[in-house]
Amino acid sequence: MIEAGNYDIRTGAGLIACPRCDALHVETELTPGETARCVRCHTVLARPREGAFTQIVALSVTSMVLMVAAVFFPFLEISRMGFGNATSLFGVAMAFSDGWLMPLTVAVLGFIVALPALRAALLVYVLLPMRGQGLPARHAGAAFRLSEILRPWSMAEIFVIGTSVALVKVAGLANVSLGPAFWAFCALIVVGAASDAFTCSTSIWDTLEDRGASTDGREVVPDAPAAAANRAAVEGGGDAAARPGSA
Amino acid sequence: MRAPDADDDAPVLTAHRAGLVGCRGCGRVWPEDCAACGRCGTRLSSPDRRSLQAVWAWLAAGLIFYIPANLLPMLKTQTFAGLRGSSEATIIGGVIELVHYGSYGVAAIVFVASVIVPIGKFIVIAWLARVAGRPATVEAAHTRLRALEAIEFIGRWSMIDVFVVAILSALVQLGFVATIHPGPAAVSFALSVAFTMLSAQSFDPRLIWRGLPLRTRRDRTAA
Repeated sequence: MIEAGNYDIRTGAGLIACPRCDALHVETELTPGETARCVRCHTVLARPREGAFTQIVALSVTSMVLMVAAVFFPFLEISRMGFGNATSLFGVAMAFSDGWLMPLTVAVLGFIVALPALRAALLVYVLLPMRGQGLPARHAGAAFRLSEILRPWSMAEIFVIGTSVALVKVAGLANVSLGPAFWAFCALIVVGAASDAFTCSTSIWDTLEDRGASTDGREVVPDAPAAAANRAAVEGGGDAAARPGSA
Repeated sequence: MRAPDADDDAPVLTAHRAGLVGCRGCGRVWPEDCAACGRCGTRLSSPDRRSLQAVWAWLAAGLIFYIPANLLPMLKTQTFAGLRGSSEATIIGGVIELVHYGSYGVAAIVFVASVIVPIGKFIVIAWLARVAGRPATVEAAHTRLRALEAIEFIGRWSMIDVFVVAILSALVQLGFVATIHPGPAAVSFALSVAFTMLSAQSFDPRLIWRGLPLRTRRDRTAA
């Protein structure tokens, strides 16, 4: 096992490479609120938060509940000269269902409903058992990796902006009324943004590793306060949290 | 976190130069012959210009689908069962229509999301892939990284136009009065956006930071 602050340049144990520029850093345990940035490209490497896991779990459950509401309540309704039409979220995706536009239906359903819901479920699956000192669930690493891969493809917030553009286009043509699903979707955006802001993937990977997902004895001892005090002593105190170029 | 060498003036030690390979998913460092990250399972690869082939391939696919996306109709509108005329609007046509209605703000959003952003993306990705791996000053490298981050952030927002078409065609089904149907351009536009997203994702930002040989060190000693 590698002690905090030690590293082995031949095997890479105890080192972290910036995913953006490949610069090597010695892995250290951060206290909540500290930010670690890459010495070369200033990309944020880690930004742990106090109680982030509980907050993310709560927000993910919230967004799943909101998603159920968004799917089953009416979304938008229009009327003009006695003719009316209402649509749900499924109706929106089904707009492409005739003929060879069909695959787009699946894609749209995925982007706006399935992927955001799946990501929320994956985060709950990964983080709920790890609150406090709990051990990770089986395949938690794979689940979290999937959730990270899907991140750019879940497009709920883009859909809401798309809705407002569509509403302006229709406004001249007919009267539009917004259904509960529309408001559920707006809330979903806020919840999703908050959840993304709290997520520090480095700390989640670290925790997965420290709690016994495949480690090969490479984990850093999770004694954050001691490590921080040690680092402050070595680096001359102050804001020791990985200033660019602090060596 | 600090750099492993104590000298401030020393060049930054990268995993590649140390004979290691860093995971792009979680940052863990492994010996160069490891195939996959033992922590997160991401496939490991050293920064290599050969990976740019994927960038160019996705970019070409995106560019090809962007052409029909602009030439074919995005929306087919029928008012009063075709008596008041039925119209087919392309992307640009839709923007012009919005300007005629006087909704300049929305016209600007649609124009930026479906014309300026995709074309800007093509140009920036092509530029990044052209200059990747060539030696750069620190300032130039920072500029390139910022450009890549902007592309990654903004690329998904082009999908807005596809969603607008979906919502309009689901909503405006007023029988005799007015109906809207999606046109074939919606599919090619969605594909174009997806392909350029994949292109930006397959670009390895580690190539920005250093001129790297076309072949890895091990290949050359073997040859």
